[in-house]
Amino acid sequence: MKSTKSAATKATATNSVSLVNRRGFLGTMFSAGAFVLAARVPVFAQSAAGDYPVDQAAWHPSVYLGLEPDGTVLIVAHRSEMGTGIKTSLPAVAAEELDADWKRVKIVQAVGNEKYGSQDTDGSKSIREFYQPLREAGAAARLMLERAAAANWNVPASECRVKNHAVAHEKSGRTADFRELVALAAKQPVPNADELKFKPESEYRYVGKPVQTADLKDIVTGHGSFGQDARVPGMVYASIERAPVFGSTVKSFDDSQAKKVPGVSQTATIPAYAPPYGFQALGGVAVIADNTWAALRGRGKLSVEWNQSEHAAHDSVAYRKLLEETVLKPGRVERNEGDVDKAFASAAKTHEAAYYVPQLAHAPMEPPAAVASFENGKVTLWAPTQNPQAVQDTVAKALGIKKEDVVCHVTLLGGGFGRKSKPDYCAEAAILSKQIGKPVKVVWSREDDLHFDYFHSVAAMYLKAAVDEKGRPTAWLGRSAYPPIGSQNDVKARYGGLGMMGWADVPWEIPNLRTENGEAEAHTRIGWLRSVGNVFHAFGVHSFVDELAAQAGRDRVEYLLELIGSPREIELRPQETRNRPNPYPLDTARVKRVLEMVADKSGWAKKKSGNGHGFGVAVHRSFLTYVASVVEVEVDAKGNIRIPRVDTVVDAGKVVNFERATAQFEGAAVFGTSLTMMSQITSANGMIQQGNFHQYRVARMSEAPLQTNITILKNDAPPAGIGEPGVPPIAPAICNAIFAATGKRIRELPIQKS
Amino acid sequence: MIRLTVNSGAKVFDGDPEMPLLWYLRDVIGTDGTKFGCGAGLCGACTVHVNGRAARACQTRMQTLEGKSVTTIEGLSPQGNHPLQAAWIELEVPQCGYCQSGQIMQAAALLKDKPRPTDRDIEQAMQGNICRCGTYQRIRAAIKRAAGGKA
Repeated sequence: MKSTKSAATKATATNSVSLVNRRGFLGTMFSAGAFVLAARVPVFAQSAAGDYPVDQAAWHPSVYLGLEPDGTVLIVAHRSEMGTGIKTSLPAVAAEELDADWKRVKIVQAVGNEKYGSQDTDGSKSIREFYQPLREAGAAARLMLERAAAANWNVPASECRVKNHAVAHEKSGRTADFRELVALAAKQPVPNADELKFKPESEYRYVGKPVQTADLKDIVTGHGSFGQDARVPGMVYASIERAPVFGSTVKSFDDSQAKKVPGVSQTATIPAYAPPYGFQALGGVAVIADNTWAALRGRGKLSVEWNQSEHAAHDSVAYRKLLEETVLKPGRVERNEGDVDKAFASAAKTHEAAYYVPQLAHAPMEPPAAVASFENGKVTLWAPTQNPQAVQDTVAKALGIKKEDVVCHVTLLGGGFGRKSKPDYCAEAAILSKQIGKPVKVVWSREDDLHFDYFHSVAAMYLKAAVDEKGRPTAWLGRSAYPPIGSQNDVKARYGGLGMMGWADVPWEIPNLRTENGEAEAHTRIGWLRSVGNVFHAFGVHSFVDELAAQAGRDRVEYLLELIGSPREIELRPQETRNRPNPYPLDTARVKRVLEMVADKSGWAKKKSGNGHGFGVAVHRSFLTYVASVVEVEVDAKGNIRIPRVDTVVDAGKVVNFERATAQFEGAAVFGTSLTMMSQITSANGMIQQGNFHQYRVARMSEAPLQTNITILKNDAPPAGIGEPGVPPIAPAICNAIFAATGKRIRELPIQKS
Repeated sequence: MIRLTVNSGAKVFDGDPEMPLLWYLRDVIGTDGTKFGCGAGLCGACTVHVNGRAARACQTRMQTLEGKSVTTIEGLSPQGNHPLQAAWIELEVPQCGYCQSGQIMQAAALLKDKPRPTDRDIEQAMQGNICRCGTYQRIRAAIKRAAGGKA
């Protein structure tokens, strides 16, 4: 398998790529004489909660696959590669159905184009939404090749069969390599979806089997091409001074000292965003230079005066108080079963607790960067983006041009975690290139990344339960409040609205259950971070059930199994969509199964906690995937915490690439450890107080779990999420383990305060 | 005028002597396997070898490099088959891959000093290299594999 460079980013690249040429869009990717398969792509829409794909039967013509005259199979990777392996996994699905020889498959990273369906690589939905379309693309090409060979040999198509990059006719012993059939196959009509036959799973070679990951060799030899590495001839470098307080605008600036720095050529202003902030460039003053170092130095010598902002008084300590008061009052109801108030009034015993999770930053290892080249009313970008179509939309709006005149090449992403689905940095590069008439590379520093992130919401939670004489909950009330992601597009947004991410969708069998969402105003840009609302909700919910189990003096796994209760499907979809079949019901049998399995794999029954050594468990469903983790901790006399072992069991439905999925869950344990132990973003006087990795701490090798064991179930249920669902159980499982080890209950994160 | 070698090639630099090696490598000579992660010596993404020892390119000024020899990930092994690179591929260590040049260069310096590192040696040597994807478990295993252990 060969892999093209993720974008034309090396010095030889030109910026003359245009969307429309003589052969149309595909001409940029396939050479003359290529047989290009036009497949039809169903595009699923998501509910606002991001959890339920609703078949909208919207069909978009699109293109994923082609054959070159030499028989090379080109497969388009239309989703972004940020470490999940999706650039390998989705093409492997098409190669499987085509029965192509993987060594003769070339993966081509797509530019942004709505023809491909959604390219918004987040929400853990690439396989969920595109497994079937890629399967159809492969199967359709196979059928066309078989028909082409049959016509050529004058035999029935049903007697011809593709086997390893060739069509064979068994009766006559004839075979033809794909390369011999390219021209003939191109004349075949594209089959309808109902004509397609899929391979039996017993013949799979790539799906569910080891396949080497694209770009691996390039990465370990330093040749992987990331956004920060993008380069085009004549390019200049920009570092941008942005308002230290969200919402401030430039009042005046003095660039005389900056311009004296050798290598600095000029400065340029980027206009302030117009609220709501969306994906717009924040605005500021850019220093342009012939290398990044000069741009950074010049920027250090800028003197900028900023106008006052309404967010200048924002302070994390005061804001926390506000959120904590909010969750003590009734909020907007998300789910309501039975009569919680009545149950509390008559309860013999109740238990309540409040939890807090701070604001977090994505901090991908590659800070945002983008190259833009504006020429003749059109702009070409090279960017590490999770969503090249959003780049098109955002840049088109920023420059006042049509989105068809924005070409966005997607490089490898040095981590994304949700940050790189917001293309503000691409808008900056495009605005600057248009202004100064040269290709511009915008480089964000780590300080820029932490100061100007789309932060993961800070959250306060309040939970209350009534329990019977055996300590089993008879009523459950949950209230959470956090500034809304909706503030991106609505200045009046006040409700976070992420109830379906771990708060309202709890799998407990409790007759009286209500969850609510309280108001909160955003004073920073807010954005989704790997596993989104599940980050804080899972911490609150699974810590709280651990408290209830502790009070009842029960084994945690047994208590949870009882709390999940009878095998059933919990219907949580909005009323208006319930007339359609639900491919992803919340199935309590699957919740219990991963919990029982993780107990088994971790040897839970034999574990004894106490004296600074403890085990904690949490089971959580998010992004339609069921995950249970058992975490082991060691706490020494000084309170230092080590995590010797994590066991995670995953039911994600059908899994295409077990190896890369395993890696995602290993990584999720580390990501979860960071936010549990040491990560926190705070504001004072409207300014973010963390500037680099000494202040925004993330787990290093010795702080990460030493051994993480992942078990992924083989399962024929529809494919669910992989990238995110490993994160939510980690924080509560760590804190529950600490409680088991020491008797100390953690109700706020991170554990290490500085 | 500063004379140095980069991956065995002779170079002459007459720009800002305070420029960190990182930006010389990336922007001036286009050796961009060395990554920018923090600019403050906190993450290790820019780790290279200077005269055979691991150094953070973002904290190494050009003026300190007269007569020195710099090796980047591109120059670690002519065929890209250093035992660490082979182990990295075999164990599929990288996720996004961005920090991995720095991780490999740091590990290569470790193995030069200690061909059979203990767990503690590995942890101490690698503590300065952040991987946000969380590939530490595989990094540890790959270092052991490259050192001839089973991992």
